[in-house]
Amino acid sequence: MNQFMTMSKINSPRAPLAAQSLMMSHGPHTIIPHLDIELRTGEVTAIVGPNGCGKSTLLNGLARIHKPRQGTIVLDGADIHTLPARDVARKLALLPQDNSAPEGLTVTDLIRFGRHPHQSWLSQWSEDDERAVRKALRAADVGDLANRPLDTLSGGQRQRAWIAMSIAQETQLLLLDEPTSALDLGHQIEVFELIRALASQGKTIAMVVHDLVSACRYADHIIAMCHGEIVTEGTPSKVITTNLIAELYGVACDLMHDPVSGSPILVNIRRVHPAKPAEIT
Amino acid sequence: MKTYRNYVATWVMLFLACLASLLFGAGTLELGQAFAVLTGQGTEDARFVVMELRLPRLVIGMATGLALGVAGALLQTLTRNPLAEPGLLGVSAGSAFAVSLAILLGASTATLTTLISQVGALAGCGLVVAATRIQGAGQDPVRLVLAGATLTGLLLSLSSLLMLIDQRAADEIRFWITGSLAGKRWDQLTATMPSLLLAGAIVVGVARPLASLALGEKVAMGLGHKPGLIRLMVIVAVALLVGGATALAGPLVFVGLVVPFVARSLAGADIRKTLWLCLPIGPAMIIAADTLSRLLVTPSEMPLGVITAVIGAPVLMVIIRARRIPAL
Repeated sequence: MNQFMTMSKINSPRAPLAAQSLMMSHGPHTIIPHLDIELRTGEVTAIVGPNGCGKSTLLNGLARIHKPRQGTIVLDGADIHTLPARDVARKLALLPQDNSAPEGLTVTDLIRFGRHPHQSWLSQWSEDDERAVRKALRAADVGDLANRPLDTLSGGQRQRAWIAMSIAQETQLLLLDEPTSALDLGHQIEVFELIRALASQGKTIAMVVHDLVSACRYADHIIAMCHGEIVTEGTPSKVITTNLIAELYGVACDLMHDPVSGSPILVNIRRVHPAKPAEIT
Repeated sequence: MKTYRNYVATWVMLFLACLASLLFGAGTLELGQAFAVLTGQGTEDARFVVMELRLPRLVIGMATGLALGVAGALLQTLTRNPLAEPGLLGVSAGSAFAVSLAILLGASTATLTTLISQVGALAGCGLVVAATRIQGAGQDPVRLVLAGATLTGLLLSLSSLLMLIDQRAADEIRFWITGSLAGKRWDQLTATMPSLLLAGAIVVGVARPLASLALGEKVAMGLGHKPGLIRLMVIVAVALLVGGATALAGPLVFVGLVVPFVARSLAGADIRKTLWLCLPIGPAMIIAADTLSRLLVTPSEMPLGVITAVIGAPVLMVIIRARRIPAL
């Protein structure tokens, strides 16, 4: 009965990745009390929300990095925690935040790691692997950097190389944790456009994004989180309202629409309550 | 092309070191004599010198260098710290303490101390890895070495304390604890070989997942690896290798630092290439050092542990004094 109730919440059983009644905690602290989510096939989903709202925890849960306290995560119809790790890694690629690689590792070396789930101890390096690496180099436009050590690249180039590693994994699903944090404007655009290009090839992508305007501009679907719960979700123009922004970030603002793309833009952002002078005790 | 040349160069180095080890020492052999013995001819004396004195010593030296070099490379990748070395971090000291205790309780160095030594190494290794986990990632690599040095100091002074208890044991411990290959016989190698082979098998299996762990735990998990399992396998392999090497030659410091350091500077960032290069470099270094130990103060011998420390300490200085410690 109970089982049936939870299952019935799923609108489209074909969702490539979904979580039901998810509860996640760090030690004694409950980060996500109860959450249902499903990713939409072939779309870019952006998860937004204030610091500490559980965005990254959710992403790590979906990528089975952290085990949920309760609830199930369903990957292609199967409970993700019952699947062998290698099978999951063939269907779902995760790019965590703030990655570091050993000094001297080249772009190609890095991308080759993406082939690990497709290799076994007996079949170490195949024709398929070679082809996937070449394809990833092209897709992420890092072909010219193939033999450069990662530590000699710019932030944007390095991030594209990491994404190329995930591309080489040849998964249907790609989860990205703040893929543009610490990148300047130009490099952010570089990475977001790559993400769009991957979605147009049919990949289902979920990313945690800090910048609301970029999320609106580059995502098909926005999931807004606060205190470990989904506040609202939908297309950017439907979801983003001044009320939501006040609820998430505690700021007031006005909304305009990008004359080219039509996506919402935040202007005149200010605190709802004027800053109190610091109390001296 | 460059890699290929490096491989050849290191194997040539190993070959020359082996040759020197066979020929030099108390009573120098002619090249022809040694060759004659190896092909089954030669005089009785020469046969004795080569087959019973120098060849076991050579082979045991190779096993020791191989084990310590590979263990160092594994531990450095696991802790993402280029200074993580079994000798400096207390892994060798752990096994030295266990063996000292065993000697005191009546075991002789000639009997099977391998297992005891490996248990001690496992304990030391566990402490080290626990220390890195507490310390957290991105911390100063030197801090881990300080923690290791403290553990080493503690365990070695405890070993010294054991020597005060029993004079017979003290002599035996003192000779063994400085590290030496003198008077090694074949049966000591056969006692250690199975565990070294087991460690080798683990290394072959774990090398690829371990390489991915260098990209961070989450990335490794994302690629379908299990960091906990990888860490456990590496710790077991390191304990088997260091425990085995320590049982064979005593607690040698710096070998596990210098060998991977040289290998990495030739091979680059990938642990797998580094491990391949440790195969010739580790044995070459031990054998060269052992040959030197016989030549420097002929007809007497200098303890091998002294030579490796004299070579190794300046290398540690160079790594620390370099503008910044290479990230792993």
